[in-house]
Parts: sequence; C-alpha cells; structure tokens
Amino acid sequence: MKDISTSIPKVDNPEKLSGRALYVSDYEIPNLYYAKTLRSTSPKAKIQVIKPELPDDYFIIDYHHIPKQNIVKMIFEDWKIFADDEVSYIGEPILIVIGKDKKVIQNILSQIQVIYKEEKPVFDTSHKVIHKTYQKGNPNLAFEQADTILKETFTTGYQEQAYIEPQGFLAIPNEQEITLIGSMQCPYYVKNAVVEALGYEESHIRVIQPAVGGAFGGKEEFPSMMACQLAVAVHHLHIPIQMIYEREEDMISSTKRHPSSVTIEAAIKNHQVIAFKTHIDINGGAYIGLSGVVLSRAVIAATSAYTIPNLDVSGDVYLTNTVPTGAFRGFGAPQMIFAVEMMMEHITKKLKVDSLSFRLSHLAKQHDLTSTSGLFRDPIIMPKMIEKAIEISDYTHKRAIYNQPNSNKGIGMSFFLHGCGFTGSGEAKHIHAKVKLTKDEKDDVYIYIAAVDMGQGIFTTLKKIVTNILEVDDHKVYYLPPDTKDVPDSGPTVASRTTMIVGGLLARAALNMKQTWKPKEAMEIIESYVQPEYMEWDEDLLKGDAYPAYSWGVNVVEVELNPLTYQVDLKHIWSVYDIGKVIDERIVLGQADGGIAQGVAYGYLEKMEVKEGKVIHKNFTDYIIPTALDVCPTETHFFDNPYAFGPYGAKGVGELTLVGGAPAVALAIEMAIQKSICNIPATPEMIMELMHHED
Amino acid sequence: MKIKFILNKKLIELDLDPSLRLLDVLREELHLKGTKEGCGEGECGACAVLLDGHIANSCLIPIANLSDREVMTIEGFNETLQYQALEEAMTEEGGSQCGICSPGIIIAAQSLLSQNQNPTEEEIRFALSGNLCRCTGYNMIVKAILRASKRGDGLW
Repeated sequence: MKDISTSIPKVDNPEKLSGRALYVSDYEIPNLYYAKTLRSTSPKAKIQVIKPELPDDYFIIDYHHIPKQNIVKMIFEDWKIFADDEVSYIGEPILIVIGKDKKVIQNILSQIQVIYKEEKPVFDTSHKVIHKTYQKGNPNLAFEQADTILKETFTTGYQEQAYIEPQGFLAIPNEQEITLIGSMQCPYYVKNAVVEALGYEESHIRVIQPAVGGAFGGKEEFPSMMACQLAVAVHHLHIPIQMIYEREEDMISSTKRHPSSVTIEAAIKNHQVIAFKTHIDINGGAYIGLSGVVLSRAVIAATSAYTIPNLDVSGDVYLTNTVPTGAFRGFGAPQMIFAVEMMMEHITKKLKVDSLSFRLSHLAKQHDLTSTSGLFRDPIIMPKMIEKAIEISDYTHKRAIYNQPNSNKGIGMSFFLHGCGFTGSGEAKHIHAKVKLTKDEKDDVYIYIAAVDMGQGIFTTLKKIVTNILEVDDHKVYYLPPDTKDVPDSGPTVASRTTMIVGGLLARAALNMKQTWKPKEAMEIIESYVQPEYMEWDEDLLKGDAYPAYSWGVNVVEVELNPLTYQVDLKHIWSVYDIGKVIDERIVLGQADGGIAQGVAYGYLEKMEVKEGKVIHKNFTDYIIPTALDVCPTETHFFDNPYAFGPYGAKGVGELTLVGGAPAVALAIEMAIQKSICNIPATPEMIMELMHHED
Repeated sequence: MKIKFILNKKLIELDLDPSLRLLDVLREELHLKGTKEGCGEGECGACAVLLDGHIANSCLIPIANLSDREVMTIEGFNETLQYQALEEAMTEEGGSQCGICSPGIIIAAQSLLSQNQNPTEEEIRFALSGNLCRCTGYNMIVKAILRASKRGDGLW
C-alpha cells in the first residue's frame, strides 16, 4: 500500500469542473418562492415599520412571526433573527419579503416605510463586554528585573472571507418537516438554531449540505441566521423559499475578521525577553456571537511560537454599532501572531542585535510551558524547519543585500504555531463529536459524518483514511454530503479540527470495523470523542493545555517595492510546515497555497473600512482580493512529525497556512522601506506616509 | 422581442425581455446551472461563457446583444476533447477546490488556448486575471493550464 501522503485525484473534481455540481442556488424546485431582506439603514435607532398592502401571493415575515425565540442559537446568544423594535447596525435584517417575481419583491421592498428614531451609535472601544485574562510566572517581578522595557501598539483591519459563492439558503416544507439546504460549514449548528427558533421536535428539522463554494469561517455561524429566517417563513407559509444574497448585500451584512489593537510591553534582560504584558481589543460589531471564543484564541496566541517565561495577558471584546464580526480562518490568532512577530523584530532593532538569532533563541522547545502554562508534549522541530526555509529562500544572503536604505527589496520570515481543534475543553464539553461507519451485505462501506467539504478536500482525504485502513477498493467506500437525517453530529467544520478530530474518530471506527469484519454482513460502528487524558484545562483561569496539539510553520516572503507608486510586488513565497502527517500531498499543497495567499493579502492588500457604521469596501470592485497577477510562485515543504492521536499522525492544517502570512509580508516591506510597520494592511498610502515620516 | 443565437452549437430562438442578463437567461430560462453568479458586476468571472470563442462575463451581457452570435457555456464545452484535457490537467495539478470558480476558469483557459496554444506563465496569469479564486492562490491553476497546453498538442 502506498504512503497515505501520495496524492489521489480529488473525488469531486469531475462534477465541479464540468459545472454539474449543485450549489444551493442551482437546485430546481417546483413552485419556488424567493425571499429578499429589508435591512436597517441606521446604525442605531428605534424603528417602526409601515407595511404596504401586499399583492396576492406575496408575504412579509418579521420577528412577530417567530414561534419561539428571536435569537440565533450559537455560542453566545445575543444575535436576533430579525430586528425587533430597534436596530443596532447598518445592514441588520428587519424583515424578508417573499414572492415569486423578484421585480415585484423589489417593488414591495421600496414601498415599505421604516421610521427611524435615531439614537447615538457607539463606534469607539468604550462598550467592553467580554474580558479575559491570564498570567504565567511572575510578570511583575520580571518587569522589575528588566534592563530594557519596550512597548508598542499594533493594529489590524477588517478582512472579508470573500468566498466566491455568496451566502444562500433554501427551505422546503415537507408535511411536518422543514428541510433546509444551504451554503454552510456546520449543518448541526443550523439545525440546532432552527429547532430553538421554532420550538420544533429535532426530527422535524432536516439540514442537507449542497456543494459549498468556499467558506473560510464566513459560513460558520452566519448561515444559521438565514436558515432561521426562512424556516420561520416556511412554518407559516408552507411554501419552498430560496434566499441567495447578492455580493454587496453579503459584504455589508455578513461576518468578517475582527479588527484589533494589540499593545505589547516587553521586559528584556541580557537580550532575552523575560516577560510580555499584552493587551488585545477586538471589535465584535453589534453582537457578541462568537467573539468571546475568538478572543480566547487571540490571547492564548500571545507568545506565538516562542517561550516567554512570564506573562500578563488580557483582552476585551468591545461592541460597536457596526456589522458583527465572527469566524474567519485563524480565528483571532492572525491578529496576535502579527503583533508578536513585529514586536520581536522591533525589539532587535532597538537592541541592535541580529534578528534571526534573537528570534531563534526564544523559540519554544519540547517540554516548555505554553503561554497558558500547559505543556508542549510533542517534539518541536522548528529549528530544522527554519533551516530548510533559510536554505530554499536564500534568506541570509538576500537579507544582507536587501536590508539597507533604498534597496526597495525585502525578505521577511515569520515563525508561528496554531493550536489544533477547539480551544480548551470545547470538544469534550460542547461538541461531543460522533461518527458512524456502516457496511452493508455487499461490503459497501458508508461514512456518516456532519463534516462539510467546502473546497478543503475532505471528501477525498477522509474517504482515503477509511479506505486505506480497511484496505478496500475506493469504489467500495461512500461518503455523501451530510444530511442530518442520516449523519450523527460530528461537530462543525471549523478550527482545523476535521482531519485531526473527525478523521481520527473515523480512523478508529475503520480499525474497529476491520478487526471485527464479517464478510457479507451488515455492520455499524459508532465512535465518540474522548479527550486525551493528558489534557487539563481551566476555562475560567485560561490555564493548562489550551489545545491537544499544535501545528507549526515558517513563511518567507520576498517583495519588491515600486518607489514611484509604493506598490508592493510579491516575488516569491517559501513555506515549511509541520502538520504531523500529510494525508494527501496535493490537497495539502492547495491548502498551503490558498492560505498563504489569503494571509499575505491580509497584511498588504485587503482593506475594508467601516465609516460611521457603513461598510465602504462592499464589493469586489472596492475590496481587492488577490488575482492571478497579484500572487507569486510558491514553494512549500512538509516535515513529518506524527501526532499520536491524529489519523496517521495528522494534525490541523487549514488555518495554519494563513496565520503567518501577514507578519512575513509586513517584515519584508519593513526591510524594503527601512521603516517600522505596526499596522496592517500596509497599503501603498500607508507605505508612502511611512517613507516620508522620520522615525 | 425575439432573439436568435447559437447556444452550445445549436440555434435557439428566445422571446424574452431583451434587457435580461444572459446569466439569468442561462440559469433560469434554460436551466443551465453550470454558469455561476459570484458578484453580478463583472469582477469575479464565475459567470464566464465563450462569446464567439472569447471569454465574456454573462452577468454583463443583455441578451439583446446576442443576435446571430455564438455562445458556449460549460455545459457545451464539457463535451469536448479540449475540456477533457483541461479536466485532467486541473486534477493532476490540484486546480480546483470549492469549485465555484472552476467552470469560469475552464472557460478562461479555453479562451486563452484557442488563441494561443503555447502560452507563457505570464500570459496565463494575465488571461486568468478576470477570474477570482479564493481557495487555490492560483498557482496550481496556472500550472494546470500550462500542463494542458503541453499535453493537448494539436487540440487547440
């Protein structure tokens, strides 16, 4: 049998490339109705809605129609399904208009009168709603003993997931049941949210996964709201309804990456950082939603790939009257890792010491304590990975040439880690993942899990894990898109957990099936998540093992600056990763290429502004994501470092490939312009200002 | 208004509002769902079709402009040998992930290769610059088109 890493053809390629794959907007449903949302134009106001007379067969659904509670069930429950008598951000859904002719719907929307009694909106950081803090060692003593103390503040902007398929949902009545088909990452999040909103029996809500045209976190929590709105409508009207967002509607109203401000104060003694005092503020927008857990991941990433013995870390989520922020690949870590990497570099500039050896001397080692005083149990092979990255990028040589005035060239290197799976005891306490593997009398094997293939290739990789363990032909193994009628809740498709956690459970189920295999007999194996015994986590104190395992990475980005336009041209990117074990090399290389493109663009290209509550960059004309001309050649290597609890030793990969991109490109630009960068995205405007500003 | 044009090698006649977008006519009237809508404003290329053999965004084309012209969508193109060569190359190079941009990318590749059988990497990047992909970072798509152009000698 071939090594598991050897690539196989991606199973869904033929249907996707040929245009036959069905995304939510492609379903042909007889007698279909369309829904369109009326949205708030005020960031904060009491509202009164005056509805026009409706033509036959046209309907308006709003919060009055919700049978049970006007809350979208998620981790923190404050998101409304529809605004009630007040609105809290521009773009907040007030009601939906339903009918068969989209032009008539548009006409009705224009006739609805919303009377806004404006209130004073909040756009500053004053409305703090969640605070998290933890300490390690004795930070106060360390600051007393320090010979140098440096302090800097870093800011990061919004980032839009910019999946190419906009948000969309379809709800269909079927006797007592409502079936929901939609572009989402988490079928059970949707199901549970709709059950709560409607007060239905669980068995009366069915959620089916179509093909999903990209998600990146943007389809983690947000789709639950659309599904609830449509389910409420179907509950009253008993008609099939489709709601597909237009791009602008999507970009002004769906969740994005949290803008942040990070202040790091470093205590340094004998050229070693002995303590960090770090504070991060993240803008949650109008509702908390997932912001608390995003904040957790951000504060836990406070030392990134380094060991700092003494820490005083805190963070706040503050609310503003702006579009809610939420899940996005990296989930709070990209903001913090950017700040840590820039801080480490800036310390070396102030101390006038060699940046590379300074950073290498702080790298975390096996058996060190993590930021939250857990233990790095597994081998850490970063020195080897960094050596490789230096060699393939010719980093040392290029740095010597580029790192001087007017070179207009730069090379930046970032070191980073990413905690795999949910933070802390999330898996054990909240998710309770289950997977099911069956086989019938023909010895055909069926995988039943709720994990979604949104492009990351799990239709191929998870099936491959099962096929390889069972040692059967791959055409004897079936893995169909999740339908909650059939699949157990194996948890959401988030947090780089799918291969490691769900894949790990499937590997166990497959091994179990193989060991008890009865030819030509039906079998059913169910496996449930059990937390590794070594995990100890105190959720209140943020103390202990925040993650069961960590993936590690090194990114090197080379840039050239156009001194006339201040535009940054990416020349080459080199990456080295430890993701335990590669399950399918081509698929993982695809994750690496896409992740770094998104991560680097976060650092220098993608700019979204929200002014007075209004999203300014609200379509692909204004909000620039990389094109084929913006990206550059990449070279990526993976080092095996198998993790005992992952399938074949695999750890998380999806988010890891994004989190190091921004600091690597920012460090490269710093070198090219010989100025310090503290804010991203480092746009040409910002670079121009920096270059004309004396330090 | 009656509009006659060639769609996927067959002459068709439609009696529709001439201001309708070709994208909506393909998807809603003709039930051809392989052409996708990503932005509706000509930025993303998910709705790309071949118009007289050249790539065009169907979200920007009113059907009035189609009289006596030739449109090919992914449904027509996926029956050709060129498509097969592109599908193989995309599979071997990992050029498709979520797949929503893939039909448009295939159309862009065909538009390029039909005019330039041996494009350079730069020419491929330029030809793809109207097609947004958020999953792949493009390099694997670029390699796939290079591979198809080499392998598909004589096809274009």
